[in-house]
Amino acid sequence: MSALRRLRSNPAAVAALGVILLLIAIALVGPWLSPNDIAALDWAHVAAEPGLVGAHWFGTDRLGRDLFVRTLDGTRMSMAVGLAASAISLFIGIAYGAVAGYLGGRTDHVMMRVIEVLSGLPLVFFVIFLTVVFGRSRYVLFLTIGAVGWLSMARIVRGQTLSIRRREFIEAAVASGAGTGRIIAKHVVPNLLGSVIVYATLTVPQIILFESFLSFLGLGVQEPHSSLGTLIAEGAGEMEAAPWMLLVPGTFLAALLLCLNIFGDGLRDALDVKEG
Amino acid sequence: MTPVFAIENLSVEFARADGTVAAVRAASLAVRPGECVGIVGESGSGKTQMLMAAMGLLGNGARASGSVRFEEREILGLPAAQLNRVRGSRLTMVFQDPMTALTPHLRIGTQLAEVLVRHRQVTWRDAEQRALRILERVRISEPRRRLRQYPHELSGGLRQRVMIGMSLLCEPSVLIADEPTTALDVTVQMHIIDLLRSMREESRMAIVLVSHDLGVVAGLAERIYVMYAGRVVETARTGRILAGAEHPYTAGLLACVPDLDAPRRARMPSLAGQPPDPTGIERGCAFAPRCERAQERCHVERPLLRDRPEDHQVACHFPLSA
Repeated sequence: MSALRRLRSNPAAVAALGVILLLIAIALVGPWLSPNDIAALDWAHVAAEPGLVGAHWFGTDRLGRDLFVRTLDGTRMSMAVGLAASAISLFIGIAYGAVAGYLGGRTDHVMMRVIEVLSGLPLVFFVIFLTVVFGRSRYVLFLTIGAVGWLSMARIVRGQTLSIRRREFIEAAVASGAGTGRIIAKHVVPNLLGSVIVYATLTVPQIILFESFLSFLGLGVQEPHSSLGTLIAEGAGEMEAAPWMLLVPGTFLAALLLCLNIFGDGLRDALDVKEG
Repeated sequence: MTPVFAIENLSVEFARADGTVAAVRAASLAVRPGECVGIVGESGSGKTQMLMAAMGLLGNGARASGSVRFEEREILGLPAAQLNRVRGSRLTMVFQDPMTALTPHLRIGTQLAEVLVRHRQVTWRDAEQRALRILERVRISEPRRRLRQYPHELSGGLRQRVMIGMSLLCEPSVLIADEPTTALDVTVQMHIIDLLRSMREESRMAIVLVSHDLGVVAGLAERIYVMYAGRVVETARTGRILAGAEHPYTAGLLACVPDLDAPRRARMPSLAGQPPDPTGIERGCAFAPRCERAQERCHVERPLLRDRPEDHQVACHFPLSA
């Protein structure tokens, strides 16, 4: 497959993918390497600097909790939110966009106006509303962010569907007696996947950032679990006295976002021959 | 014999911001079981739109009126769910460009089997077996390997054979072939026409063959309909059209077929002028502005299809034989 070869010949994208995989591996395995527990309070070492004392390699926060374990837990949480919410927005966005684009006409008009109304609502208030109604759990967080994030995905899918619908093989499928649902599922959607996957890889970092923002506001993940956003929010308060509390999760978030974006760009360049 | 497929007074209009465009104006056509009928005319004469309307393939902006009867049932305006019972099984269509008419990401075998599973309630395993047999019937080399291949791995001629095979899977009573050879090179064109001819002899299905190439149509069709500006202007048996065309437009088309025996230096004959703008209001004969024989009456009064001797109809005030 030439797309894969093009991706492999892009050193930045390969390096980014390497860093992402490394971060995932550390986030998954790391907490077992450390003797410390995520919720354990080490009163002997409150707000300790990074070092070997008490195996607090990244230091501790102002309650004496180990920052190494908490950062990796937060990374895992941020990635899980990013992936799950992207998957949800991908699923809703593809279904909605493909149906609107394929059926066209009045249906399309109504469906697109609904999207415009929804995207006119301020996102944050919408998420606050949903978390208030459904309570605060990580699954609600996945769902609410996903339910908000599908809007632009649906727009992109609809645009692609409009151009695919005009292709002759769709006409041929209609002429061979295939039903609308089958044509959308078997003949339209697989042709969308190329551009949609690229957009999805660029959605993951956006959602991670958005989750961090929500957590920073106190709407995200609940204690004792953390996400990179909650850690950064805590660290920001101690920025002057204990800068590592901000720098450690901040570095993880920056590295993750940077690598996801570089990889997404690389994937787009590899799949899209048009952009030179 | 009652026709198996009959189009009566079919009109197709497209709504546009600047008014409606009439692509087909009250065209009629009848095909008897096992008969091959050819439709010829320039680009934009409404050949394709007429058949698209019959297959229920018109886009959102188009409106069709009139009647399309298939196996003694009215099928024009039928909801898709009901149309799908005949579409693709009893009434099938082969498209102009085999390069774009196959879904690119599905294997040939899957696309063929899909049709059978949908229309014949067979299992996928049985469907693949029948797909294999149909590829053998349309004389595709290494059929077993082709089933596993994707459309881009096949040449244009092979893909058109696949398309024809797909349209034959459910033993249709009518096959519509919309310019099946236009996108192929000349040597392959011959093979596809031969294939259509032998498929027809084997299965006694009727064929509606659309082409702007009179040579292609004449080689296969028993009856020819000539269309111009959305109307049928002349129809007769093929031999009669070739020997005694009465409409000046048909005669012009016939004159445009290159003659290999003509002297090298001779100019290629061509029809002067352009087909009329389909947005305009119809007044008189649509061909009159390009017609050498046109008289004042032709610009004012539209000629109706009139019966001529020998099962021949022509829409002209001054037909050539008169």
